[in-house]
Amino acid sequence: MLTEEQIERYSRHIILKEVGGKGQQRLFDGRVLIIGAGGLGAPIALYLAAAGVGAIGIADADDVDLSNLQRQVIHFTPDIGKPKVESAREKMEAINPDVKVRTYKEWVSAANIGAIIADYDFIIDGTDNFAAKFLINDACVLARKPYSHGGILQFDGQTMTVRPGESACYRCIFPEPPPKDAIPTCSQAGVIGVLPGVLGTIQATEAIKFLLGKGDLLTNRLLTYSALRMRFREIPLKRNTACPVCGDNPTITEVRDELDALTVCDLKAP
Amino acid sequence: MSTIKLDITKDHCPMTFVKTKLQLEQLEDGDILEILLTAGEPLENVPKTCKDQGYQVLETAHVEGNIHKVVIKK
Repeated sequence: MLTEEQIERYSRHIILKEVGGKGQQRLFDGRVLIIGAGGLGAPIALYLAAAGVGAIGIADADDVDLSNLQRQVIHFTPDIGKPKVESAREKMEAINPDVKVRTYKEWVSAANIGAIIADYDFIIDGTDNFAAKFLINDACVLARKPYSHGGILQFDGQTMTVRPGESACYRCIFPEPPPKDAIPTCSQAGVIGVLPGVLGTIQATEAIKFLLGKGDLLTNRLLTYSALRMRFREIPLKRNTACPVCGDNPTITEVRDELDALTVCDLKAP
Repeated sequence: MSTIKLDITKDHCPMTFVKTKLQLEQLEDGDILEILLTAGEPLENVPKTCKDQGYQVLETAHVEGNIHKVVIKK
């Protein structure tokens, strides 16, 4: 039962025909994991917390750095040096004390990802490297967890939602990570600060629609966004029967780390 | 089928409709909700929004002063 304060807090949700008190309850009962507390993770975490998603997990091993603040709007200048997941948790709890935040101050890997995603209904990939993106796809497909893929670089972004067993997965279109020399290096990996705001907000929208059970998810479609051209494009996709993880004869039957897909910049000194 | 009463004469937009909607969600199909509300914005908008969201407005009646009654069927 909603308290008077909650009725007021979520009044703009409750008014909506597609939400109502019942939909708000579904959000309270929802469990969403955000992998990455950076550019994409920032708006995702803030909006999901504000929306009243009851249990939100957030995973990231990094600490807040001055160079993050141009786009990672959940972290503030006094947070520099603090673990990103702690900085994010503080803002999420401040925006909405109803929400239970669980932090994972670790990188996801083949060794830990299965146990981390097991507790959640919907997973969001807010990571910045191919190794993590393929790992998250494989883990979600193998565990049959719906998830949102998102990626950004320079002025461009892309996102798609995967319902394992029902819609195309990341490996259906990209069977393997790109060759090492095609992976952007740090000096190429600029990003316009507003870009993750656009993509992350779309990813958060997908999580909310999934929990509500309303509307059409971004499945079997890759949505691309060019900030410079200010254009969205939708590329129709379908499941690939030869997909190495969700196809008819999968060759990937357990998660593995794609070590070659790590960028040099990911290998920071401890 | 039961009839439930709801007094939103002290509430303002959009809480008038928020409370109405939350009450309607608790009812079974065919149940009746009798709402007391004030003239002006609530009287104009609450029945209209109820209709937009698929509820049936059975009756609108003046009660006293600026208080009106709206009867909605789920």
